[in-house]
Amino acid sequence: MTEQPSDIRFEHLLRELAPQVLGAIIRRFHDFAAAEDAVQEALLAATLQWPREGQPHNPRGWLIHVASRRMMDYLRSEEARQRREAEAAFPSGCQAPEAGIENETDQEDTLTLFFMCCHPSLTPSSAIALTLRAVGGLTTAEIAHAFLIPEATMAQRISRAKASIKASGMPFRLPTSQEQAERLRAVLHVLYLIFNEGYTSSTGPHLQRLELSREAIRLTRSVQALLPEDVEVAGLLALMLLTDARRAARTGPGGELIPLTKQDRTLWDRAEITEGIALITAALAKGSIGAYQLQAAIAAVHDEAARAEDIDWPQILALYELLKRMSGNPMVALNHAIAAAMVHGPSKGLELLRALDSDARLAGHHRLDAVRAHLLEMAGDYQAAIKHYRIAASRTTSTPERNYLITQAARLSESAPSSNRGVDQAL
Amino acid sequence: MKYILLMNGTKAGVDTYRAWSEKDIHTHFAFLKSLNQDLRESGELVANEPLGGPEQARVVRAGKNGAPVTDGVFPEAKEFLLGYWIVDVESPERAYEIAARLSVGPGPGGVPTNMPIEVRQIMSRKSDDL
Repeated sequence: MTEQPSDIRFEHLLRELAPQVLGAIIRRFHDFAAAEDAVQEALLAATLQWPREGQPHNPRGWLIHVASRRMMDYLRSEEARQRREAEAAFPSGCQAPEAGIENETDQEDTLTLFFMCCHPSLTPSSAIALTLRAVGGLTTAEIAHAFLIPEATMAQRISRAKASIKASGMPFRLPTSQEQAERLRAVLHVLYLIFNEGYTSSTGPHLQRLELSREAIRLTRSVQALLPEDVEVAGLLALMLLTDARRAARTGPGGELIPLTKQDRTLWDRAEITEGIALITAALAKGSIGAYQLQAAIAAVHDEAARAEDIDWPQILALYELLKRMSGNPMVALNHAIAAAMVHGPSKGLELLRALDSDARLAGHHRLDAVRAHLLEMAGDYQAAIKHYRIAASRTTSTPERNYLITQAARLSESAPSSNRGVDQAL
Repeated sequence: MKYILLMNGTKAGVDTYRAWSEKDIHTHFAFLKSLNQDLRESGELVANEPLGGPEQARVVRAGKNGAPVTDGVFPEAKEFLLGYWIVDVESPERAYEIAARLSVGPGPGGVPTNMPIEVRQIMSRKSDDL
């Protein structure tokens, strides 16, 4: 058998089942907000009961049964009008559903829940919280802890998100085929935000934080299983895996950031890299290219190089050129300038940066100064590099980045007068 | 993104406040209560604490052997932190909006105090790949 403690094994199963059970309860009772609460209660009941009494023969049916009972209790405590509605919806009383296994309805329900929780009318923070709870099966306390805010605040955020879904009268069904592409973009964006939120320094006081990146990968994996033909879903999953693979190498013992080209590549997770490369290779072969696929392809080129000197910068530059044309995102333009500097020398990169000085979206943004500092250092203009590292440090809102940037400035000001190292320190 | 909203004031300002009429004090308390309630309901309130008065303020430095050496009772003109709010909001503009609402809190006769509120972003621990 397994060596995992039983409660961890149960937890994985419960979280896999959570959206299926929720889908079934919504179909039966047509009330997303109340169904979501009922399912959370059923999940909690399972975590208390299963370790003691053993896993039920049909875990999914058990959860639907318990959640349905909770729903009935809830509806009974409501007004008489609502009671009548409940009896119409569930006339035979509370019975265990058939011991069905995963079927098409379950899969469709899970996907519908993703679309619902990531609806573009919700603010990003609401969509993130609701997705983690309703589809991810996490408790409000776990989500609150992950975002370092009080549980009561997170509970309020979730209930507001549910209220706004209720108010919109959104039906519980998949978006129409015309809407589907745009709505899927919103889902992928929320998953991307969850991944990024978790992509923090792995040391320090927040070691105990829930692994949001892992959770984002798990959820994206489930979307990919439901939409295996969608190349952007595959691209996003590949991007997450290829980025997460470097987790152990991206911070030093004191929690300090280590830039990509300086990382100890033997610490990279080979299994994630292999899976990510296979996914992106298969997606690119299908011919329809999207922004996540391009970012994943760039991550793959980095991850494929055995040493920093082996990085295929011309290929990365070509990919950034495609991405720049597609996205118009100024952050892409910054990365493009770095790639251009690596291929054609720092003056080319600095020239590209000058064109970005007038971009209002980058005005006062630390990344522009940080990249300029790197390229100035590559060019050997250390005094200007120090100045821009310090400006960047004053503008960033990330503690690890600020520490990194002031360290770079300090290193240069201590070594600059006698040093001629440039290119190898650049990234 | 999280912001801390800092309410600063002088000892003289605190003394004036303590001499407000009962009605004005009640109006002000009711205002703060309703603001906090709104921030709780909007899912934005992370923390809010009032601080002890300027009379209790001490500045501490390490003396010999690291023993604390305290300094206190400060000049009238010195600014003290009176209290703070930490909010988790979608944009800096929203943080400024909340700060402005704090600033128009009612003073004597219901006239807004127009207190300056210092708004500072709280650093995050996430970082982009370099």
